[in-house]
Amino acid sequence: MYNAKYIIPGLIIFLGLVLFPFIKGIGQPELKIETEKPKNVKECVLKTEKMRDVHMVLLNEWRDDVIRNGKRVYTNEAGKQFNMSLTNTCMGCHENKDKFCDKCHEAVGVTPYCWTCHNISPVKKEGGK
Amino acid sequence: MQRSRRDFMKLAGVSALGLSAGTLGFLGQGAQAADALPTATDFAKPITAKQWAMVIDTAKFDDALFKKVITACHAYHNVPEIPGKQEIKWIWTDEFHGAFPTERPAFLADAQEHRKYLLLCNHCANPACVRVCPTKATFKNNEGLVVMDYHRCIGCRYCMAGCPYGARSFNFRDPQDFIKDMNLLYPHRTRGVVEKCTFCVEKLAQGKMPLCVEASGGAMIFGDLADPKSEVRKVLKEKYAIRRNPSAGTEPSVFYIL
Repeated sequence: MYNAKYIIPGLIIFLGLVLFPFIKGIGQPELKIETEKPKNVKECVLKTEKMRDVHMVLLNEWRDDVIRNGKRVYTNEAGKQFNMSLTNTCMGCHENKDKFCDKCHEAVGVTPYCWTCHNISPVKKEGGK
Repeated sequence: MQRSRRDFMKLAGVSALGLSAGTLGFLGQGAQAADALPTATDFAKPITAKQWAMVIDTAKFDDALFKKVITACHAYHNVPEIPGKQEIKWIWTDEFHGAFPTERPAFLADAQEHRKYLLLCNHCANPACVRVCPTKATFKNNEGLVVMDYHRCIGCRYCMAGCPYGARSFNFRDPQDFIKDMNLLYPHRTRGVVEKCTFCVEKLAQGKMPLCVEASGGAMIFGDLADPKSEVRKVLKEKYAIRRNPSAGTEPSVFYIL
């Protein structure tokens, strides 16, 4: 092989950089985030696990349905109906953005800009901007 | 001054009472607001149309009614009050020559000339703003309303250049600081998007009339322009009405009885 003395160390350095996050994660305790659950309501629009995975997809669909198609009522798998509204339906139960939304968003490093327009909670405003 | 332990306990007791009273009051308010949240049942009976339209009986308006109508709209929709050139307008007033620049009546009657006219987005049948929007953030929905999807607006302001009625406003800065009493049930806008009147699309979905129409006490009539039996068509059949800048060819859906 030509230039093996450059290529092989180069490959090792490259692999080291690519695998660094995985190597660093070995042996770390599992990420656990304690969020504040709504006090008065037990059931969400979808099951908790599903909501954890696809809430952003759901919100995106709601937005298009409400604004573009004029469809404002969502029926879930159990046949229960909800007003498709981040401000009124989601934030009506999850009153505290700081103790619910932000907990995960901060841990995974995403900053959704939903709250530059949608108000924190119609029930009570807490947690600032 | 020396304080005995007894005095301290008295003061602590009174303070604790005060704190708990405050908390109870706060909870009471929260519960009230929660009752007002719109639920799925509120949207069970929407009212629909092919082309929503409005007739404004200009003679019925005075300053007090203007204020009532404008406040009803602006307070609910969190429209900020920014003075000067960065003003945000959903519904506003102007004199005859400002409202109808293409109507050139000679020797206009005093009553009409000195009257103020209520102006808002015309929700045109052939809207120029929709044609020029590069992201399709503004579009015409299937009820004939010119709606905005603020999520998609990139703030290019082509629609403002396209609109012959000046019905759109641009948020040069965060409007949040200029809203006195935030209505938490309705979102506000953010810096860098254009906003305008929506003909209360969210109220129509609940089977209610737009807020300005409700507040006007009969001076504004709302209905389906495509339906000959509708309120607006009945009024238009009886009275002569004009539209703003018809030569722009946008077919405005707001009519003015002079």
